[in-house]
Amino acid sequence: MFRILTQRVLGQSLLQQGIRPGAVASASRCFASAAKDLTVREALNSALNEEMSADPRVLLMGEEVGEYQGAYKITKGLLDKYGPDRVLDTPITEAGFTGIAVGAAYHGLRPVVEFMTFNFAMQAIDHIINSAAKTYYMSAGQISVPIVFRGPNGAAAGVGAQHSQCYASWYASCPGLKVLAPYSSEDARGLLKAAIRDPDPVVFLENELLYGEAFPVSAEVLDSNFALPIGKAKIEREGKDVTITAFSKMVGFALKAAEILDKEGISAEVINLRSIRPLDRAAINASVRKTNRLVTVEEGFPQHGVGAEICTSVVEESFGYLDAPVERIAGADVPMPYAANLERLALPQVEDIVRAAKRACYRSVPMAAAV
Amino acid sequence: MASLLRNSGKITTTAGLIARPGFQGGRGFGLSSFSLFFSSPRRFQTTESESRVDSHCYDDEISQKFSVLGGKVPYTSGMRFTSELPEEKVPCYRVLDNNGQLIDSRNFAGISKEIAMKMYTDMVKLNTMDTIFYEAQRQGRISFYVTTTGEEAINIASAAALKIDDFIVPQYREPGILLWRGFTPQDFANQCFSNKFDDGKGRQMPVHYGSKKLNYFTVASTIASQLPHAVGAAYSLKMDGKDACVVGYFGDGGSSEGDFHAALNFAAVLEAPVIFLCRNNGWAISTPASDQFRSDGVVVKGQAYGVRSIRVDGNDALAMYSAVRSAREMAITEQKPILIEAVTYRVGHHTTSDDSTRYRPLEEIEWWQMARNPLTLYRKWLESNGWWNDEAEAELRSNSRKELLKAIQVAEKIEKPPVGDMFTDVYDAVPSNLFEQEKLLQQTVTRYPQDYPSDVPVRAVPSS
Repeated sequence: MFRILTQRVLGQSLLQQGIRPGAVASASRCFASAAKDLTVREALNSALNEEMSADPRVLLMGEEVGEYQGAYKITKGLLDKYGPDRVLDTPITEAGFTGIAVGAAYHGLRPVVEFMTFNFAMQAIDHIINSAAKTYYMSAGQISVPIVFRGPNGAAAGVGAQHSQCYASWYASCPGLKVLAPYSSEDARGLLKAAIRDPDPVVFLENELLYGEAFPVSAEVLDSNFALPIGKAKIEREGKDVTITAFSKMVGFALKAAEILDKEGISAEVINLRSIRPLDRAAINASVRKTNRLVTVEEGFPQHGVGAEICTSVVEESFGYLDAPVERIAGADVPMPYAANLERLALPQVEDIVRAAKRACYRSVPMAAAV
Repeated sequence: MASLLRNSGKITTTAGLIARPGFQGGRGFGLSSFSLFFSSPRRFQTTESESRVDSHCYDDEISQKFSVLGGKVPYTSGMRFTSELPEEKVPCYRVLDNNGQLIDSRNFAGISKEIAMKMYTDMVKLNTMDTIFYEAQRQGRISFYVTTTGEEAINIASAAALKIDDFIVPQYREPGILLWRGFTPQDFANQCFSNKFDDGKGRQMPVHYGSKKLNYFTVASTIASQLPHAVGAAYSLKMDGKDACVVGYFGDGGSSEGDFHAALNFAAVLEAPVIFLCRNNGWAISTPASDQFRSDGVVVKGQAYGVRSIRVDGNDALAMYSAVRSAREMAITEQKPILIEAVTYRVGHHTTSDDSTRYRPLEEIEWWQMARNPLTLYRKWLESNGWWNDEAEAELRSNSRKELLKAIQVAEKIEKPPVGDMFTDVYDAVPSNLFEQEKLLQQTVTRYPQDYPSDVPVRAVPSS
């Protein structure tokens, strides 16, 4: 029936196969006959636990990850199990502990660095880019950096401008980094395990509001060998009229939008990107060649965003297949306001996605009469 | 003569090895008073060091439970501000006097003749390499170069005091350590000329050397970013339980970076076996040390972070050797960081893109070149032992020069790295997009050779 990759994922064999339009290697449908419900938090915790158990070189570093069990409880229980040598509570210096983790990675350890949010990672961005991303190249392959940077990214609820930015497009523009953005618990488990096992530096963008959300997962997902390939998107919902790409929390919104569109006779195909760098251009293009219409959805700022890259990729490779201009849904081009009503207006909502899809299908509804 | 430490006065030298202890002990600080300073800070009111504690404050429950500072803190009803500068600057350890004689032979542990000789010959080779490569840059044969002139003793003596398993994390003014460990003149030249034999595959500017084999981490251009890296690497060594330490080098300018503070702080907390070796050469491009910090140099910052530290005369090869050897032993056996401030002078310009006569007097440069010149000083000591003479000097200088000139000539003629090397090592495995881009580039260069330099090695790619 539905097969997923369960062998140890190394990443390279899949990537070297090149772009094969139409063949999305491991896209698998939702496991409807689920074994149990797993929250994203539990998925991440179990992934960290299993990888730490399997490889003594894996260690965790970050603020509050140990005694406090993690600012969002993602690392709960790990200090007790693995001890303070492998779960390090760091002083408050993102630049400092990121640099230290990178140095440890240079010397053969496999650190997983937690940022309380990726907003704070800006203090460490020199080490993420100049030290982690570029060193394998600059050292001509002598020094590898098998490090994972993880933490909540993007908007939460009522946390204001300095706690709500989405960094997907910033990191995804840098060669040397891999950038992942899980949505479901299956994504969280599979991608984090793959990230920890990957020899390259990986930026792992979680979402605070998804931590508590439960998703049904199958027994295969719960197996300790489970991992998802990096660089492959997932078709969350198949459709034939319009392609909607999304990542992280917006996948949920896109799926809701697809339900609404379905009632109005528009069959939307929802792609969960999972991997922002490398972007699964093959899957996106294959989908657009099928539907001929595209809506990109992201929470982050519009300019130079993920949607802009997806649009260009489709224009470069599948221009002749487009029947309508590409629609781009993104957050408002303002620092995130705090007041609840303003915050809601600054972020994409389900209705925005529905309207964009209708515009792409030339069934646009005038703004004044919006649903 | 312009004083190197311009705050005030001169630093005193000491012939004995005195380290300023940081806080003792592991997690809890077991100090009962702050009087372990070697030079006591000026206070608003002077008091006796023993009797100034109001001892009845110690035993009450509140004081005992007040553990934020990790143990007993003496209370005082006299309000005292600790002075911003110590009464006396931290003394600077040196072994050789200005005539190259041991100041106090009791305080010098000794060195084998073999190592002593290699130290000198390597210092001369380093000095010669700098002269020749600098000239090469001026002639337009390489694009850029960074000399180590004046800091040869720091480079070579510290390398000599370490072992090959000790992991080196350099800034960019420490090629001498590579030289000591076996990097050849040809290796240096190949990197500077970015030819196909460059270990760095032509990826970086000149002087950005690196060697996994010699445990010398690749030079990056970012300032002080290597210091937290050094701590992380030391942590990894600690977990491995190896009989080795990490040495992170940096300059006076680098000590202003946030990374320096995080690194020292963390190293102390993590109890990492790392030596922080500061080459305080007085200048950060055109910024003199007096504009860089207002503390008594960098050594005092060690205690601020709970790191044992020492100030050494960086131009005294034997002092450097001695201090680094002791530091290494302490770092490994006690599993804790050590800070060494090597006081020296940057005789050359910051890099070939700099003309330092624009911001400092020529007399100052010349003075340092003459007085306490690391090579001259050390040579005097070797000669006083009967281990060196003028003939040997002339021969060494001549041979080094020839070898380096030849290395440049050879390096210049070697092919540049292949175009394919541009696309590897971005990731562990070459991703498909780079695979495609490389193919396209190879085809384009082959098809339009007139648009590309003639020395770009391409591979034939079938235009499928």
